[in-house]
Amino acid sequence: MSLKNDFLSGIIKENPVLVLMIGLCPALAVSSTAVNGFGMGIAASFVLICSNIVIATVRKYVPDQIRIPIFIIIISTFVTITDYVMQAYNPALYKQLGVFVPLIVVNCIILGRAEAFAYKNGVLSSTLDGFGMGIGFALVITVIGAIRELIGNGTIFGKAVFNPEFQPALIMILPPGGFITIGILMAFLHYFQNKAKEK
Amino acid sequence: MDSSSLFGILIASLLINNILLIRFIALCSFFGVSNQMETSIGMGMAVIFVMMMASAVSWLIYYFLLVPFDLVYLRTASFILTIAALVQLEEMYLKKYVPTLYRAMGIYLPLITTNCAVLAVAFLNIDYNYNFLQSMVYTFGVSAGYTLAIILFAGIRERVALAPVPKALQGYPIAFFTASLMSLAFLGFKGLFGL
Repeated sequence: MSLKNDFLSGIIKENPVLVLMIGLCPALAVSSTAVNGFGMGIAASFVLICSNIVIATVRKYVPDQIRIPIFIIIISTFVTITDYVMQAYNPALYKQLGVFVPLIVVNCIILGRAEAFAYKNGVLSSTLDGFGMGIGFALVITVIGAIRELIGNGTIFGKAVFNPEFQPALIMILPPGGFITIGILMAFLHYFQNKAKEK
Repeated sequence: MDSSSLFGILIASLLINNILLIRFIALCSFFGVSNQMETSIGMGMAVIFVMMMASAVSWLIYYFLLVPFDLVYLRTASFILTIAALVQLEEMYLKKYVPTLYRAMGIYLPLITTNCAVLAVAFLNIDYNYNFLQSMVYTFGVSAGYTLAIILFAGIRERVALAPVPKALQGYPIAFFTASLMSLAFLGFKGLFGL
């Protein structure tokens, strides 16, 4: 039961972007299309899961005082791997994501989970926590990307959905659209939470 | 105008590609500390200070250490550790020798280690192939742009806090709407000087 909780809490109840308000920069910056958002979600999840596993494995040997630099080195190792793998196998996506690939290293989600979860829990729960948080992050960022791409460009994952007369609102794929989309998503979440509380 | 001239770099990084509103870097601190004018100013000043130092050091490390020894793949790890160490050093130095400055921005210094803007600028300086002087001007533009945006944003948020906002929009959602409108305004700088 608790293992299932470790996995599920990251997806909705403690969703990193919408509830914990961390990892915002990549969530907004690369979500102009669903494909970019999905790519970023996968990259960050990979780093998150691997670093959670490694940190949970070595946590007994890590002295308390210098744990942060050690976490950062572990995380940056996986970020470098992601960086080079993406550059080699998907240069188009790499070009789109740009500086945000190396910036995964300072993504608060990853260091936050290392500190708050993987350092205190076993390998299995940390792996599940990594998967849950990773899926939660990838889900939100893909949804934001899909909404912006749909309204701003009339496509989803590059496929046209409206008939040709549809006039896309370009503003949605420009920076202001990112802010407003996440604002509206959060407002909906608040609205439903308030409703649930009233009951 | 030539976009690689120093003035062009400054304007482009300060207004046209404002790091917070157009490039979406360092948003956590943008929403986190912008509740009050005073803290925003402190944070802005601390960012200018740390970013200038961090860019200078990481530029030197990249071109005099990593490139000659063919260690470019260590870029991410070495930059983040340099910045973390630098922030620690600066904090200790200020505490001992410039206590007034330390009191003004001391509490913001540790926060800056995880401020992605500092690391982002270090990477961008390398990605754009800037020479040392260009990268310093670029860094100044970026950090001044950060300060400008966060101070303006704090000013608006102080007013919004007193306004009657619908219940579901209170707190962060309305802040995002505000940021969206500001970002729209900054988009207006696009095309300035034909950059």
